Amino acid sequence: MNNFKISVKDLDLFYGDFQALKGINLDIEERKITALIGPSGCGKSTFLKTLNRMNDLIEGVKINGNVKLDGLDIYKNIDVIKLRKRVGMVFQKPNPFPMSIYDNVAYGPRAHGVKQKSVLDEIVEKSLRSAAIWDEVKDRLKKNALGLSGGQQQRLCIARALAVEPEVLLMDEPTSALDPIATGKIEELTEELKRDYTIVIVTHSMQQAGRISDNTAFFLLGEMIEFGETKTIFSTPEDKRTEDYITGRFG
Amino acid sequence: MEATELNNEYESRPNMSKSKWTEIWEKIVEIIFFLSACMAIVSIAIITFFIFIKGVPAIAEIGLFDFIFKTDWYPEAEILGIGAMIVASIYATLGSIIIGVPIGLLTAVFIAELAPDWMIKIIKPAVELLAGIPSVVYGFFGLVIIVPIIDRTFGGGGNGLLAAIIILSFMILPTIINISVTALKAVPREYKEGSLAMGASHIQTIFKVMIPAAKSGIFAAIILGIGRAIGETMAVILVAGNSIQIPFSILDRVRPMTAHIALEMSYAAPGLHENSLFATGVILFIFIMILNIVLNFITSKVGE
Amino acid sequence: MKKRHSMDNLVKGIIYLSSIVTVGVLLWILIYVVSNGIGEISWDFISQTQMGEGEEGILPYIVSTLYVILITIIIATPIGIFSAIYLVEYAKPGKVVRVIRFATESLAGIPSIVFGLYGLIFFVTFLNFGWSILSGSLTLSMMVLPTIVRTTEESLKAVPNTFREGSLGLGASKLRTIRKVILPSAIPGILTGVILSIGRIVGETAAIYLTLGTVKWMPKGLMDGGRTLAVHLYYLAKEGISFEKAYATATILILIVLVINFIANKLASRLNKAKQ
Repeated sequence: MNNFKISVKDLDLFYGDFQALKGINLDIEERKITALIGPSGCGKSTFLKTLNRMNDLIEGVKINGNVKLDGLDIYKNIDVIKLRKRVGMVFQKPNPFPMSIYDNVAYGPRAHGVKQKSVLDEIVEKSLRSAAIWDEVKDRLKKNALGLSGGQQQRLCIARALAVEPEVLLMDEPTSALDPIATGKIEELTEELKRDYTIVIVTHSMQQAGRISDNTAFFLLGEMIEFGETKTIFSTPEDKRTEDYITGRFG
Repeated sequence: MEATELNNEYESRPNMSKSKWTEIWEKIVEIIFFLSACMAIVSIAIITFFIFIKGVPAIAEIGLFDFIFKTDWYPEAEILGIGAMIVASIYATLGSIIIGVPIGLLTAVFIAELAPDWMIKIIKPAVELLAGIPSVVYGFFGLVIIVPIIDRTFGGGGNGLLAAIIILSFMILPTIINISVTALKAVPREYKEGSLAMGASHIQTIFKVMIPAAKSGIFAAIILGIGRAIGETMAVILVAGNSIQIPFSILDRVRPMTAHIALEMSYAAPGLHENSLFATGVILFIFIMILNIVLNFITSKVGE
Repeated sequence: MKKRHSMDNLVKGIIYLSSIVTVGVLLWILIYVVSNGIGEISWDFISQTQMGEGEEGILPYIVSTLYVILITIIIATPIGIFSAIYLVEYAKPGKVVRVIRFATESLAGIPSIVFGLYGLIFFVTFLNFGWSILSGSLTLSMMVLPTIVRTTEESLKAVPNTFREGSLGLGASKLRTIRKVILPSAIPGILTGVILSIGRIVGETAAIYLTLGTVKWMPKGLMDGGRTLAVHLYYLAKEGISFEKAYATATILILIVLVINFIANKLASRLNKAKQ
């Protein structure tokens, strides 16, 4: 019970009149990788974004039920800026800011009030190391981040997320815009990161979910159909619909 | 109870107050942004208020009918009718639209549909420059070139309605061209392809399909052109001749409302004479507001 | 079939002709004015207040123009940028935004002579600022506000949403996101708006003539009157004082406009490159 980092209870989400999430119940284990799978439009990305309240940005969103981080309701008891510091996010398309590599990584810590140069230097190096990109960029920290390759940009974005020392890392199809080699590097990296962080990853690729995750949740049409250990879900799913999806019958 | 304990663990007090301050500061800045955004509303409101507060009493004193329909202007005797100026404004604007719209629209067709890239690179900056040339330079050009040409061709001195129309039609070209180009480019490709696929020629497609499809944008261009022409002052003063009379020939000297305000303002004595110029401003303002409302109606329709 | 072809060619011919007229008008004005004016421009003409023999240099008018540009931009730029930030980043679509937009559009459509009348009664008379740099600049600020708002709005809208998400996702506040990520990306667009506004200020006559006045001397402070280059040209032409000097002044105005358009184009092409 105690090793649940995030507990979601009876979560409904509406975009205006359209219900995008229906009664989701899900517990996310600490320092494990939880994969969210399902066909496009099933609500998995929407669900991911409820975990750090990125849906707040969209007009007309209404949410019922609750999401608790370490027992605290993130929609009531935690201020959104603190929440996002604790629950970091990596997006589908690498989105480095148009500034130097260093400034990208230092952006978060600066936003949270770190000013001292030596401290920032330390954070930047540590984060870039954790994101396994330090060796590639250490000589050009002052160069514009937009000059990096797609895979490097995505690892930079991971480093940027790590720099605010989050507890949870949300990854929204982080490899969908990357080539296979870059994808491999990111997958390796998630294995490393799980020692310190709780990771929730949305992925289109069932192989990826199978390779890296500990638990898997299957979403369909806004509902969570099945949730359990990845091994179990992929070998003996309980629900017919999960089986259909995993065996490729949904396309 | 459990939740409160956790709360204390994660949200130490000094942090809490800091984030409260940040929140307040963010709110204050948002309000500043909002107030800045309201400046446009405030500006319109006070402009309207002050023009009307000076102008409307004058109209009331002169009588609305006499003011806008009478064509006698003897400020010393307080006979103040601006009928001639209103007619001059309307004629000059209509004339410039008749010349400027076809040339502008066809140039827009050229830019949007026919011109090769290298020509667009010449013609677009040319249109931008036309838009950037100060109106007083247009007026000066009209004075030293257009007026003498008209004088040589038709006689009568050259300054008058025709000169004003020519200069104004030059001046509204950029407005007509830019907005029409945008409207033509916004026509969905499928329309054009559909027409071409049926065997229509490119030219037929432009006139039968694309221009009708872009008509509200083109209409907006014309409205803005009218606005620019009716509001132009200095260029008109320099070429229109400025006589207070209803023109019977295109060569007659005229004084549009804008020119009238600027010319009389420099020597009008405070009192009814000066106030009547603000009243002329009110009439001009009403013309422009009607245009704005029509424009707003057109553009909001396009948005739907 | 043949008939259609020749009809098409006729129409094409008319279209080409119209485009040639458009470019021709521009070249005509530029070449005629500049070729007559360029010979009249000398260093003395630009740098002197008095040149003896009743001739005069245009330095005071250049100074007045620069002064008005500076003050107007200082007033209008922050308001314009803040206003655009509100419209793009904060406002929820609805009545308020519609009213603000309508007001901005209307402001852009008001003729400069009406701005002049308003400036005359409000700033010059009611607030008792007199015919001064301050009255002129305040009036012009209202005139250029829509330009700055619109160009800033467009460049803010061009900033990809992923930047906003990225920054907010790190727990940065909205204001920080705007300041550190969004505004820096929007700077070329904002500068374009400022440059275009400067062009408008340089070319403005009717509004400035009623609020800045027409005195010939050098303005020393905000409360002094003055005469901008455009107003000076108006005077020279209207009173038929000196056509040589008028050509020269018109040439200088045209050169300024050329430079402004060149800078604005350079900025715009940089903006387009950044977008790709």
